This record gives sequence, C-alpha cells and structure tokens, in this order.
Amino acid sequence: MAMGSFFKRLAQGLQKTAASIGGGFRRLLGRRVDQDLLDELETTLITADCGLDATDRIVARVKDAFAQREVTGDLLDFVKKEMRGMLEQGGTALASVDSPPTVIMVCGVNGSGKTTSIAKLATFLSKQGKKVLLGAGDTFRAAAVDQLSTWAERTGSDIVKASPGSDPASVAFDACSAGKSRGADIVIVDTAGRLHTQAPLMKELEKIHRVIGKAIPGAPHEVLLVLDATNGQNAILQAKQFTKSVGCTGIILSKLDGTAKGGAVISIHEQLGLPVKFIGIGEKADDLEVFDPDAFIDALFSSM
Amino acid sequence: MFESLTQGLTSAFDRIRGTTKFTEQNMRDGLKEVRRALLSADVNLEVADRFIKRVEESALGRDVLKSLRPSEQIVQVVYEELVGLMGPVQPAIPLRRSGPTVLMMCGLQGSGKTTTCGKLAKLLLSQGQHPLLVAADLQRPAAIEQLKTVGAQVGVPVYAEANLNPVQVCAAGIKEAEKTGKNIVILDTAGRLHVDDALMKELESIDKRCNPHQCYLVADALTGQDAVNSAKAFNDALSLDGVILTKLDGDARGGAALSIKDVTGVPIKFVGMGEKLDALEPFRPEGMASRILGMGDVLGLVHKAQQAMDEDEARKAQEKMEKGKFDLSDFYTQLQRVKSMGSFKGMLELMPGMSQMLGDDDDPEGEMGRIEAIISSMTEKERAKPEVIDHSRRRRIAKGSGTEPHEVNKLIKMFEQMRSVMQGMAKMSMMDRVKMMMGMQKTGALQGLAPLKQKERSKRGANISDDDRRKARKAEKQRKKSNRKRHRK
Repeated sequence: MAMGSFFKRLAQGLQKTAASIGGGFRRLLGRRVDQDLLDELETTLITADCGLDATDRIVARVKDAFAQREVTGDLLDFVKKEMRGMLEQGGTALASVDSPPTVIMVCGVNGSGKTTSIAKLATFLSKQGKKVLLGAGDTFRAAAVDQLSTWAERTGSDIVKASPGSDPASVAFDACSAGKSRGADIVIVDTAGRLHTQAPLMKELEKIHRVIGKAIPGAPHEVLLVLDATNGQNAILQAKQFTKSVGCTGIILSKLDGTAKGGAVISIHEQLGLPVKFIGIGEKADDLEVFDPDAFIDALFSSM
Repeated sequence: MFESLTQGLTSAFDRIRGTTKFTEQNMRDGLKEVRRALLSADVNLEVADRFIKRVEESALGRDVLKSLRPSEQIVQVVYEELVGLMGPVQPAIPLRRSGPTVLMMCGLQGSGKTTTCGKLAKLLLSQGQHPLLVAADLQRPAAIEQLKTVGAQVGVPVYAEANLNPVQVCAAGIKEAEKTGKNIVILDTAGRLHVDDALMKELESIDKRCNPHQCYLVADALTGQDAVNSAKAFNDALSLDGVILTKLDGDARGGAALSIKDVTGVPIKFVGMGEKLDALEPFRPEGMASRILGMGDVLGLVHKAQQAMDEDEARKAQEKMEKGKFDLSDFYTQLQRVKSMGSFKGMLELMPGMSQMLGDDDDPEGEMGRIEAIISSMTEKERAKPEVIDHSRRRRIAKGSGTEPHEVNKLIKMFEQMRSVMQGMAKMSMMDRVKMMMGMQKTGALQGLAPLKQKERSKRGANISDDDRRKARKAEKQRKKSNRKRHRK
C-alpha cells in the first residue's frame, strides 16, 4: 500500500480532529512554559479523549522536561515525540501460521462496527491475494447474518452461516472446519456485539474462543477488538474486560472519519500493551487502513 | 471507580470545617476534584468547566453548616445542579389528535437506532397506540431485514420499499400509515456522521418533505468528548425534540448525557437499558446524576431488584422470615434471584459507599457459587432442618459439592445466625436489608463468606496454625454438644 495515499486519507479522516487539537497546540508554540500553558495542554489532550491519567502524565512530563531543559526547539515536536513513545508498539502485522487457515476472531460492544470492519478486513486481505472465509457468528442481532452475507458477496469471500438464534460457538467451529477443508488462508469469525459488563455474554464469548481452539489447535491466532473512536473513557474498561476474557491481540479503531479523536487508545496501549492494528475511516469496503502511530500523531497535528 | 470523588472531596473540603462561609479560595481544590469526576465520566471539557462555574456561584457565600461535612454540602450542591441541568423529564410523546404522528429517529452509526425504533414501537403498542415502522436506512446492508425482524418480534408492521430513495420511502410510509389507519409513524433513518454533508442534507430533505412532529436523536452513552459535536450538528440540522440515550446497561458513567443536554437543551426522554426490546425506560436525572458522580444509583438498583423478585415470592419469603421459618431452600431461591440481577460486584458498585468494601481480588461470585453448591448437595430434609446434619451427612455434602466439611459447617452456622437476625430484618426494605447484611459481614458479625475463602487459601500453601486447629476442634466439639442438647429436647 502506498504510504502517500494512506497519509492523505488518514489526514482527511482526521482533519476535523486536527482542527481542534492542532488549534490548541498552535497557541502553545513559542511561549514559555507556565501554568496557563500547561492547562492549555491539558485541555487539548482531554478534548482528544486521552483521559485524565494519560493527560496528567504527559503534562507532568512536559513540565519536567522544561525544568530539566530537555526541550530544544519546538514544544509541539516534543509533545509528539512523547506521544509517539506512548504508542510504541510491535508492529501491526496480523499473525499468520504455517499451516493455514489463520483464524481471526472479532469482538466488541454493540454498534462498535464489528461487521463492517470484518467486511473491510476481508477486502484488505483479499487484495493481498488471500482466500478469506467469514464465519457469521452474530446469531443474535436481527439480520446480522444477512448483513455479513451481503458483504461476503461484495468482497467475494466465502461464508459459513447458521440459522438465527443458533449457537455462535458451533458456527465458529463450522467456519474453522470449513476453512480447513476448503483451503482458506484466513477465517474471520464474527461475534455478536456485547457489553463487557454482561457476564453471561462474556462467558459465551469465552466459549466461542475455546471452541475455535478445539477446531484448530492454537486458534484463534488473532483476537481483534473493535473500538468505536467516539467512545470516551469506557473504551479502557471495554479493552480490559475483553482482554481478560478472550485475550485480545489488537484493536480495530473504527469511525475515525468523524470529529472523534480516539485518544483512549493511548491509555489502552499503556495499560494493556494492546496495539491498534487497523483504523476505520469510512463506510466503504476499502475504508480500512493499517495503523501507523507516526502518521496517526502527525495527522492529529496536521493543520499546524 | 469513583468513590474517590467523595474521598477526594472529603480531603479537599473538610479542612475548611470551622470556617463560616464558602469562598472562592477554600473551594478551589474541592472543585478541582469535582471537575476530575466529571471529566472521568466523559462530560465534555467545556461543559464541565461551565458546570463548575455554576456550582461555584451557587455555593459561594453559603454558610458552612455544622451538621454536615463541607464535602457533603458541596456534593449536594453538585448533585442538585446536575439534576436541575439534566431535567426536567418528559417521557411522554405528544400525539396528534387526527392523522398520524410522525417520529423521526436519527443518529450516528451504531448508536442503536433500529433497536430503539423497535423498543419505542413496543412501548407505544403497549400504550394502546398503533405504530408503523418505516425502514429508511438504505445505506447499511440488511438494515431493512433487521427492522423487519425487529418489527415482527414486537408485532408492529414495517413499511419498506427498496427501490425508492430514503426521502421517498419516508413520504410513502406516512401515506401507508394514513391508508392503514396507523396513528404513529416511526422513521428509522440510516446512521450517519454529522460531518457527512451529503447525508446530513438528505436528513434535512426528509425533515422538509415529511415534517416529522417529533425528531429524536439516538445517542450512545459510551460516547466521550465528541458527544457535543455530533449532538450539536444534528440539532442544528433538524431542531431535535428529544434524545434517547442507549447502552446505559453497561458501566459507562454517561457524562454524554450532561454534555448533550447542555449543548442542545433538548430533553432526554428515554434510556436504553438492555438488548431486549422492552428495555426502554424513562430518563431519570437523579439516577444519571449519581452515576456521573460515581455515587451509585440506589433507585436504579431498587428497580432492578423489583424486576428480579417476583412480588408473591418476595411476600412469602418475608412472612417466613418474620416467623423464623426461613430455611435453606428459601435462602437458595433468594440467592438465585440475586444472581439473576447480574454481577454481584456490579450491584455493589451501584450502592453508595459499598464499592470500597470489595477489594480487587474479592470474588463474591465465586463464594456465592460455593454456597450454592453446598446447598444443592443437601437433601430437602437437610435444607429444611439443617440441625439434622451430622458428621456423616456433612461429609457427604462436602463431597457432593467439592468443598470441605468445615465449609459446610461454616455455612450452616452462618445461616443459623442469619435466621435469627432475619426475623428482625423482615420488615426492612430490600435496600436496608442488603446494606445491613453487608455491614454485618464487614464487621465480622456474619462469619460467613470471607472465612470460607481464607480457609481455601490456607490449603494451597501455608499450613493452618496449630492454634487455629485447636480452636476449630473446640468449636466443633461445642457444636456437637449443642446439637445433642437440641436433639434431646
């Protein structure tokens, strides 16, 4: 994928974000670090949903750095560098196994954009020449299976589905076995949206995870959590709970094309080491991009 | 998560005890804590700052009361202001006398529009109205099928026409309602971003063409700082009449409620409390205020408890308690009910001041599970008359439940203690009962749940000290003795 196009689209998607956060920072330039300025930095970061704790740490760090005279040159560059450090991660590549299929399980709260993200992911992987099979594991929400079927048709992916209301774990199992026998490179298992506080539903998710492992030992190889970028601090609780239940391996940050900032991923990355792997920046099948922390932060401040 | 507000306020304010009036100086630190609480609850920064100003103005110059702690006084001011700002409540939907009332639902993708349409239709149906759902989401794949399924589930007809554009579908839907004698039309529009000009224009055209009588924004309670941007844009485009806040059954603190109300001035009418289609409730600013402040939502808990407990069953249990006839089977039933209310930890968090009673490692669910297992392994007779449980029965029960005999013993003892206390508790409210039990457990009056766990831990590594063993033997002897006495009687 051409880096240029990625940058452009991300910048487009984040323009509104940048307008607010960048606007704040522009005013920070060329001034001495005093309490007003630190307050302003705080404001800017909180408005980006970075959360109080992460914000406090960044602000304290800036304050320290100035006291120690570590900052040479532009304050903005310094802050960017600090934020980059907080997002330092071990790559966005998806796991792949020697004997296919690689199984990717996708989970998240209701309305976060799981099914759409799966469609995008299928498109993304198909373009790389991979043979993708989708498992329609959302047997709960009305017409979720139809929704995924439509996407399967549009993206030219294979699909395994069961009747609505059937056991999602059995669908996941079938999808994995079908993936093996039909020679798919990648199986993506959809799951119904669930709030992380619903204990029985989280148990169900654990069961799906377990059953996938029975169909293919070692699977799922990736557990992707879909997070809505418009979510506030609750996103951290979501990430914690889902990771506790099914050991998430990465995040798809959806709906970054609005005015939301998705700053919560900074805390999530800090606290759980959970990397963002993809971002969703639109409603179309190819509106999925690989997450790049540098581009992400640059784009945040791109209006400067 | 945020009992620390009360704690933070206590340390920030109680210093000023003894002064006579609230001043800007002596409130500064405390108000910072309030601000932190609001921001952690995802209240928009500007909204939070405006709100703090209001609280400050309202408290400034007030006398510091002797009867209350200054922190309590401030919490009260904050709470009142919050309730005042988020109210008043108008859960009724104004209906026209003649011709169909048109309700238009709009919102971002994934906020829960279609589900909410279904919930609203069900609610109206139960009020004796005749709603028609119109599938105007032609954007997302299978959105029409979803609405049709939801419509079928609640028994409300759905109008859909895949070959028209959304504006035409809405207009045709209203005609259809007139033709079929439906008095309410609910338009389910596609989710859209507030910055998507083309789609916002489309919404405006629907508004112009169909002239909906009520226009509701469906907003996600999980939303963070961005809530103000989208709510404002939708309000500018459509002049909203109400907001429906969804996904409040999670643990989001829901600061979006305050942000949205503040920037739009539009009343929040309903809240979505679950995935089931009857989980739509009128908005209560009081509960929301407590929730945002992290102070628990007692009313919400009582409501939950009422839902879980069958009225009849509750009365029977109460009568039994009063007469001291409450046995282990009844206890078991109550345990099941408590379990059906959801996570025990979550419930405690709804109660003010209760959440700090649990450490992070505490696992009340696990302990409840052990108790359940023990009771399940008893015969009917043993449940009704625990005193018949002798050495061999106890061993059998322990074996059957995968516990240790001393744990069975503990449970029976705890239950006996409880039974005598319960007679006194029978007349209390549900809340007071739970509170009292928690209080007793904490002070060790009920030697029940916690010791069970400690004993289990001791098995893993550290040996039980000789002293403890001696004590346990002694207690066992005494118990046997009293058992014998009882049997002789």
